[in-house]
Amino acid sequence: MPEEKTPNGKNGKSAGLVERLKAGVKEDLESLKTDLPAKAKEQVEILKKPTKTLVYTSIFRHKHDDTPRNRALGVLSNVFLHLHPAKINRDAVRYSYTWGMGGITFYLFIVLTLTGVLLQAFRDVLYLEHDVPFGKLLRNMHRWAAHLMVIAVELHMFRVFLTGSYKKPREFNWNVGVILLVLTLLLSFTGYLLPDDQLGFWAVTVGTNMARATPLLGHEGPFGAQLGMTPYNDVRFGLLGGSIVDANALLRSYIWHCIGIPIIASIFMILHFWRVRKDGGISGPAPVVLDSEVKEAKK
Amino acid sequence: MDWKQLWEILSAPDNVPIIAMIPLLAFYIYLAWKQASANDVLIAQLETNPSLAKTHHRKAWPFQPGWAKEVHVWPFLLRVEFLAAIIVTIILMVWSITLNAPLEEPANPNLTMNPAKAPWYFLGLQEMLVYFDPWIAGVVMPTLIIFGLMVIPYIDTNPLGAGYYTWKQRKFAIGTFLFGFIILWVSMIFIGTFIRGPGWQWFWPGQTWDHNRLIYEVNRDLPDIFGITSNLGKGIFGAVVVGGFFAIGGMFVHAFFRRHNAKDFKRMSLLQYSIMMTFFLTMLGLPIKMLLRLLFHIKYVWITPWFNV
Repeated sequence: MPEEKTPNGKNGKSAGLVERLKAGVKEDLESLKTDLPAKAKEQVEILKKPTKTLVYTSIFRHKHDDTPRNRALGVLSNVFLHLHPAKINRDAVRYSYTWGMGGITFYLFIVLTLTGVLLQAFRDVLYLEHDVPFGKLLRNMHRWAAHLMVIAVELHMFRVFLTGSYKKPREFNWNVGVILLVLTLLLSFTGYLLPDDQLGFWAVTVGTNMARATPLLGHEGPFGAQLGMTPYNDVRFGLLGGSIVDANALLRSYIWHCIGIPIIASIFMILHFWRVRKDGGISGPAPVVLDSEVKEAKK
Repeated sequence: MDWKQLWEILSAPDNVPIIAMIPLLAFYIYLAWKQASANDVLIAQLETNPSLAKTHHRKAWPFQPGWAKEVHVWPFLLRVEFLAAIIVTIILMVWSITLNAPLEEPANPNLTMNPAKAPWYFLGLQEMLVYFDPWIAGVVMPTLIIFGLMVIPYIDTNPLGAGYYTWKQRKFAIGTFLFGFIILWVSMIFIGTFIRGPGWQWFWPGQTWDHNRLIYEVNRDLPDIFGITSNLGKGIFGAVVVGGFFAIGGMFVHAFFRRHNAKDFKRMSLLQYSIMMTFFLTMLGLPIKMLLRLLFHIKYVWITPWFNV
């Protein structure tokens, strides 16, 4: 039998086990007394420097002490900031050059998205205004931010024109900007109908009545009748989803306003911002060029 | 002077942004003009002094050797952006707490609002409905505005003034844009908002909106004044007048442009030049048609069975 070969014999084996167990427990208790306090001390030291923890370093990839490298990395390694270059022209930060209108437009778009998503949760403007906490503030902010965005877009375009920033190599991005201007106006216009009050109803009626007169595609427009346009198949019918401004028009407005145009506008914004960088960053302030220095291209 | 009426229009919540636009536009035009004139002074100085032109840093702002030409975005730009966001938020908050968004009676197709106005940024186009048929004012003009804006970079061949404010190097371009933006866009919005009352009639600021006012003005068509009665005659006459405006107006603009913008004229291709001419003359045509209507009560110039201009 294999058991008999062991020195402690059949009974001694279990006795040895108990002794080993005792020794082990004693060792464990010793460890609790010495190792744990040491680890606790170590832990306190680590917690004193939270930026060294595994979690923190997994989120933030670089150090934050004030060195040029870290300043650059702070922008470049951050998804929300990485549209910026690491360094820019010292005069480009002057407010008087850019007026900050492009950035303000984008900020207002974000404000409008946030307030707009919250507004969508309510089916009744009166309920929203009178019973929802801060409901009135929410609707006011959405309305005024929308007006402000139209103004900011127009001022942005004005500034870009005055500084000649649409000139080579930024011709295409100016065009993207024109499309974004149109989309901003359309966003605002489709939002006008959504409270379904007299103001919005008649504004949209006036606006869409013009579509009747579209040449070729409207039933009252030049050559429309000759092409078989009627109030039930022309371009206005397509816009309103009917021949009058009613529930279908409201639904179309709602979908265009909340989903359709924001998606299209976002795509064009991505393109716009990306091209700003690819075309060499913001246009200036550039050193002035003299008329006598212009080299005429050979034709 | 009907102060109550005036206050009613000025204090309509949706009109507040338009009123806010006056000081905003004035401020930014001033800001741009200040920088443009500083740059123009510098340009004139450098043109007369070639040796200075070689060493000058070429900005109206101070610069000294040893200063870094570039600064870190963090923190120098980001702090500006952050401040701008905070200021805009504060403005929005104060505005939203003090002024409520308008909410009228529920939509009622049987009760027409008078005046029924489009949102303020489309009032320029609505004002155009007075002078033009809906297909022009509502469809052709917005299309022309969009395409007109889009062609700008491709027809402006002037390489000067890219990335800095200037007036003297870009008089024609800036003058045209100011004419389009301030006269044709912003001032039409003002007329549509503050002048137009019930029945889209002209009410001076402070004049009471009389919903029963009737204006007995007889609008005539231009062919009628010349005693043309046949449809064919009217069609041909109108085509000649409109064509004549573009031909003769084009000649005037051409005479001006090739003298005062000789370099640009030389640089432009025929296509660029014709596109510029077409848009420029169309822009000029707007106030002319408006004056014909407001001063001489002329409604249409060109009458055909399919469309009227």
